[in-house]
Amino acid sequence: MVLRGASILAQCAARVGQQARGKAHFTFQPSTAIPAGLENVERSKMNLMQSVNEAMRIAMRTDDSAVLFGEDVAFGGVFRCSVNLQKEFGKDRVFNTPLCEQGIAGFGIGLAVSGATAIAEIQFGDYIFPAYDQLVNEAAKYRYRSGNQFNCGKLTVRTTWGAVGHGALYHSQSPEANFTHTPGLKLVVPRGPIQAKGLLLACIRDPNPCIFFEPKILYRMAVEEVPTGDYVLPLGKAETVRPGNDVTLVAWGTQMHVALEAAQLAKEKLNLDVEVIDLQTIQPWDEDHIVESVKKTGRLIVTHEAPISSGFGAEIASTIQKRCFLNLEAPIERVCGFDTPFPHVHEPFYLPTVTRVFDAIKKTSTF
Amino acid sequence: MFRRVLPSVRRISAAKRFSSGVDGDSYRLNEYSVKYLGNREATFTEKLKIHDDKWAPTIPIYRVTDALGNVLDSSQDPKFYEQTSLKIYKTMTQLNIMDRILYESQRQGRISFYMTSFGEEGNHVGSASALEPQDLIYGQYREAGVLLWRGFSMTSFMNQCYGNSEDIGKGRQMPIHFGTNQLNFVTISSPLTTQLPQAVGSAYAFKRTPNNNRVVVVYFGDGAASEGDAHAAFNFAATLDCPVIFFCRNNGYAISTPTSEQYGGDGIAGKGPGYGLNTIRVDGNDVLAVHNATKEARRMALENKPVLIEAMTYRLGHHSTSDDSTAYRSAEEVETWGDKDHPITRFKKYITERGWWNDEKEKEWQAEVKKEVLSEFGKAEQRKKAHYHEMFEDVYDQLPPRLVRQRDELDKIIAEYKSEYPMETILPK
Repeated sequence: MVLRGASILAQCAARVGQQARGKAHFTFQPSTAIPAGLENVERSKMNLMQSVNEAMRIAMRTDDSAVLFGEDVAFGGVFRCSVNLQKEFGKDRVFNTPLCEQGIAGFGIGLAVSGATAIAEIQFGDYIFPAYDQLVNEAAKYRYRSGNQFNCGKLTVRTTWGAVGHGALYHSQSPEANFTHTPGLKLVVPRGPIQAKGLLLACIRDPNPCIFFEPKILYRMAVEEVPTGDYVLPLGKAETVRPGNDVTLVAWGTQMHVALEAAQLAKEKLNLDVEVIDLQTIQPWDEDHIVESVKKTGRLIVTHEAPISSGFGAEIASTIQKRCFLNLEAPIERVCGFDTPFPHVHEPFYLPTVTRVFDAIKKTSTF
Repeated sequence: MFRRVLPSVRRISAAKRFSSGVDGDSYRLNEYSVKYLGNREATFTEKLKIHDDKWAPTIPIYRVTDALGNVLDSSQDPKFYEQTSLKIYKTMTQLNIMDRILYESQRQGRISFYMTSFGEEGNHVGSASALEPQDLIYGQYREAGVLLWRGFSMTSFMNQCYGNSEDIGKGRQMPIHFGTNQLNFVTISSPLTTQLPQAVGSAYAFKRTPNNNRVVVVYFGDGAASEGDAHAAFNFAATLDCPVIFFCRNNGYAISTPTSEQYGGDGIAGKGPGYGLNTIRVDGNDVLAVHNATKEARRMALENKPVLIEAMTYRLGHHSTSDDSTAYRSAEEVETWGDKDHPITRFKKYITERGWWNDEKEKEWQAEVKKEVLSEFGKAEQRKKAHYHEMFEDVYDQLPPRLVRQRDELDKIIAEYKSEYPMETILPK
């Protein structure tokens, strides 16, 4: 019975597998520009998972107090981000915790309060909510409420983030807006391996508690020539990835690649030059950078995977509307996930795809 | 995925078919014992028995003196010197007098909020006196005696309660949310129990320090122990072998909720062994017992064996100034507890018997403390609050541009509508 079942299931798996490996909703676009100051640094090919691993290795080599912990990180992590780190740094620096997110966050805060560098992993962003109290009421407010007597600035929480093709409700969420309403935290989302390494190292060394969201669909798919050695990219800075004069398009994480594809399509089909900006740091965000761009283009679209209502796009839209009122030539458009939980089989219909972003560019430019 | 998993399933079922029952039993017992139960002995039983909740005996309450303050077993007497004894007594009474005055001042509307420690003075001072100054303390909110023991000045207490410009917390938190880096007392926050897993994290950091001589002590109430963070902390401390002491003040109530509605087991101490914590229950109104228990716990914690102490006591005061406890418990109950067992009167016997204290000294001391509290209280009341710009600082290590803009907006508003703001209460910029 077991054997027969096995062979049938194996056949099924093959067919389902072929289906699941259908076209992703975007194509990863490697960074063409190397960050300033790193032009002459040697580079090596890495995917996002490897660049995260490399960032943590460097952080731990340069700081004896740094420890890495979470669920299943000891054997290398369910996404292989911490692979070989326990071997290099020992069991007291890279270790599993009990399965308890509020404990992981609280434990990390305590390490940081004592002056140790804490790199905590929450296995999926979807499971960060049990730690919400520790992050929002505690980590974010530690320095403020104590009059700077204590702080947990050496805490970084890494967590996986975003759609993955089949993650449904609890392996797909983009919870950044749940945290942007809380002063005191820094929130960062990288779009590829080069940024992941530099921004994660910046988070780990920043004297404020940071949440670093890693787009899990990019872990293996995103491959780039990543500068070797130790480097950081600045927090709180957006990056113009594709310059243009007609429309400003703001995104972060995976959605950057959707945005870039839509911008290319708009160039080909509508002959529009869309300026695409990677926000990178969601809090505190680079307002001036977006303002400058919108003053030039007069049009703004913000796009994110998370649901539209009270998503971070709303904050950007209202801020830019206030600061660029006289420059705007069309209403600010938001292309986002719908106000539903993240669905399983309907993911292709849920996502703010290239088509939807393209359509928004078209409508905005002809308003 | 399926193809990778299934062959190994086949191997396991084949292995099962060929192994003998007896070998399997001893193999499994050994595995369960070593891998599942932390080297505790695993046994099989053929008797169907569901263990009822009273199956294990309750953990006894360790004490050194009886309710009258008589030492019951002289081998347990810590034999304090006169100086230490007097410091213990004076700290407890100082806390009691400060509490009475600040409680009254809240009633008069002079500070916004207060929480007394009536009846729990023994917990604070008994434990604090057994620690070293370098040990890091995390509290809940009813541990002011620990700060007093460590030398937190009356001026600092008053400045915090008033939130004036000399408050080291910069007037940002409600009264009684004390904290000081210099005395290794982590700033109090209102959310209950959040400090427990944090304390474990700090302890882990200490453990990694070469020749570590620091432990972390974290205080919490019986109600707080019901929060998920308590579960998290107990479990993390035990699995990660941290030098931490969990000190539970079981005073019978969480605001209006009696312990019978808080837990169904053998109190908080009863949970300890289930987590793999070294555990003791102690008479919280017996300073000597609390001291001994904490001292021994500290010794064990330094060997990276976490310890849970449950101190049994009674909350003699209201929960806070926002609470009238007669709405849920009788005045008679409170009176009886106060009469029959009080940590201060119990310890007073210890020092009086040894000739270190008498009524005259008591009178002088009471007058001295009252005078100091009132004088510092008056001074704190007179001090202005910090300039409102202080409100924007310390959200991050540096002000982000967005916050600078918001501060500038407020400046403009205040410039135009100055009379609408209590400018006379704050210092100039």
